Amino acid sequence: MTTLSYARAVSLALAEAMEADDRVFVLGEDVAHGGAYGATVGLLDRFGPSRIRDTPISEAAIVGYSVGASLAGMRPVAEIMHMDFIACAMDQVVNQAAKVRYMSGGKASAPLVIRAGTGGWLSAAAQHSQSLEAWFTHVPGIKVVSSGTPADARAVLRAAIADANPVLVIESLSLYEGQDEVPDEAPAYRLGTADLKRRGDDVTIVTWGAMVPRVLEAAETLGAEGVGADVIDLLTLRPWDVDAVLESVARTNRAVVVHQAYRHAGFGAEIAATIAERAFDHLDAPVARVGSLDVPVPFSPPLEEYVLPTAARVADAVRAMA
Amino acid sequence: MPASPDELLRMYRTMVLIRLAEERLVQLFAAGKMPGFIHSYIGEEATAVGVCGALRSDDYITSTHRGHGHIIAKGGDLGLFFAELYGKATGYCRGKGGSMHVTDMDLGILGANGIVGAGIPIAAGAALACRMRGIDRVAVSFLGDGATDIGVFHEALNMASLWEVPAVFVCENNGYADFMSRATHQKIERVSDRAASYAMPGVTVDGNDVEAVRDAATEAVARARAGGGPTLLECVTYRWRGHYEGDPQPYRTADEVEEWRRRDPIGVAEARLRASGALDDAARNAIREETSRAIDRAVAEAEAAPMPLPEDALEDVYVGLVEEGWS
Repeated sequence: MTTLSYARAVSLALAEAMEADDRVFVLGEDVAHGGAYGATVGLLDRFGPSRIRDTPISEAAIVGYSVGASLAGMRPVAEIMHMDFIACAMDQVVNQAAKVRYMSGGKASAPLVIRAGTGGWLSAAAQHSQSLEAWFTHVPGIKVVSSGTPADARAVLRAAIADANPVLVIESLSLYEGQDEVPDEAPAYRLGTADLKRRGDDVTIVTWGAMVPRVLEAAETLGAEGVGADVIDLLTLRPWDVDAVLESVARTNRAVVVHQAYRHAGFGAEIAATIAERAFDHLDAPVARVGSLDVPVPFSPPLEEYVLPTAARVADAVRAMA
Repeated sequence: MPASPDELLRMYRTMVLIRLAEERLVQLFAAGKMPGFIHSYIGEEATAVGVCGALRSDDYITSTHRGHGHIIAKGGDLGLFFAELYGKATGYCRGKGGSMHVTDMDLGILGANGIVGAGIPIAAGAALACRMRGIDRVAVSFLGDGATDIGVFHEALNMASLWEVPAVFVCENNGYADFMSRATHQKIERVSDRAASYAMPGVTVDGNDVEAVRDAATEAVARARAGGGPTLLECVTYRWRGHYEGDPQPYRTADEVEEWRRRDPIGVAEARLRASGALDDAARNAIREETSRAIDRAVAEAEAAPMPLPEDALEDVYVGLVEEGWS
């Protein structure tokens, strides 16, 4: 085991992938300078400016070039500094990367990765704090993955780069400096599988990304109150691990879905609907959802702290189901 | 440099093929045999043929919604092409793409595109990949004059210039962006003037002169292949038909269309071939008849081909996954 920050775990995964495969290269704004949040520190010295490629502030071209390069045999890993900025590249993500395989009848594939720095608790206000994963889980043709620990950040990114499909990797900026243990051996994550982060028999809490440590904190509090929680970290949001969630709900009979994204039409709604459709008879209470309040993410710390979901809000939601 | 008579004749044949195939498509569409909609390439044949005449078969192109000419000029298979436009299982994209999305990876055709301008960074990215892989292929992005108004054109050209990628951006200035004449959608005199913003060569040629297009494309392609970076090549041509089949075209006059029909790119090449003695009436008619027969065969095969199974819709979303059908 090595103790690494989330950001260092990302750079480790990038370095490992580039070491293993000459086709892998990194492009994005400031990546050769280590990246705005330090996810690519040290890579320029090791791999040079061709493979660690600074770009102009041109999100549509960053993703568009990645689509073209992937069609022509490379494995680009594009960085979108803040997920909010991906709005500037929507056509290339949604209409190009996600559709090229389908529209070509399977003749073409675009195995590219887009890493997007995601979420709030940065006091960065409404254009640098959003969790927009539901925009992309909605679209067939692109996979969406996340991570809430350094070890998972590394494992998920390695799997994303190895995948033959376009993959959007949600990285939790608020966790970037957090340190945790990362195994020495190469990770073996399979996209589409969830990870049971804590075991309990009274409630299933489904979550991902930046909420993972907060949900674990809530589960700790609830445990002390005699309420045991299964904490399922989905890791992959599309295709998501329906079986893992349903098996857990069949045992606990209660489910809460927690995400940092806006609650309204968030990806949690899809999970809640699926549980209601397929595990209705197991439920002792309606599925609860905890997400950001439905306002833009505000700047001032007390406003932001109020709007985004916290461990305390998660614990409250579980208590309210009893 | 003028093309050799053989080369000009070859390009002439390809232009005739595009023209007759497009005329057939227009008829089939009017007869209700084609699903969807059709953006006709008629009148712009010299651009696709001149540019593709400067390319190797392993070079890349991205095409547009008005892309039939590019596919045929790059060597696309007529049978697969017609079958795709009919929505057949045997088509280029197994019926999942249609007119606007024909793709042939074996010929470097990275796809036509239904989003204006979207193929520009894709071609440039393919060009970057070639450079990084140390292979001497180039990539051409076909785009219309309308596409030079969209943001990604500017992002892509700026990056292409910065990184000196082996790309050629071929603007088919056909005078119209949808229903908007050039004068109503951009103020610059020549589209190629935009190259100056990106410190790359900007060249304007008569897009109805297949030899002029081929010459300019050959120079741009050679520069790209040799590591000299990208070029913006503007080919001035004209869209004979509406934006789409059925477009009533209230935005232009019949006289304007007629004036451009007198500058028919096929007529220009034909006159030169006749003057050099490489073509006479008999040879011309033989080419047209032979081409018509090839189109007859492709259409007949396409009509006889099976439709896809409905459940085929569930495949090709992801590598390695099949989506759920109706339960």
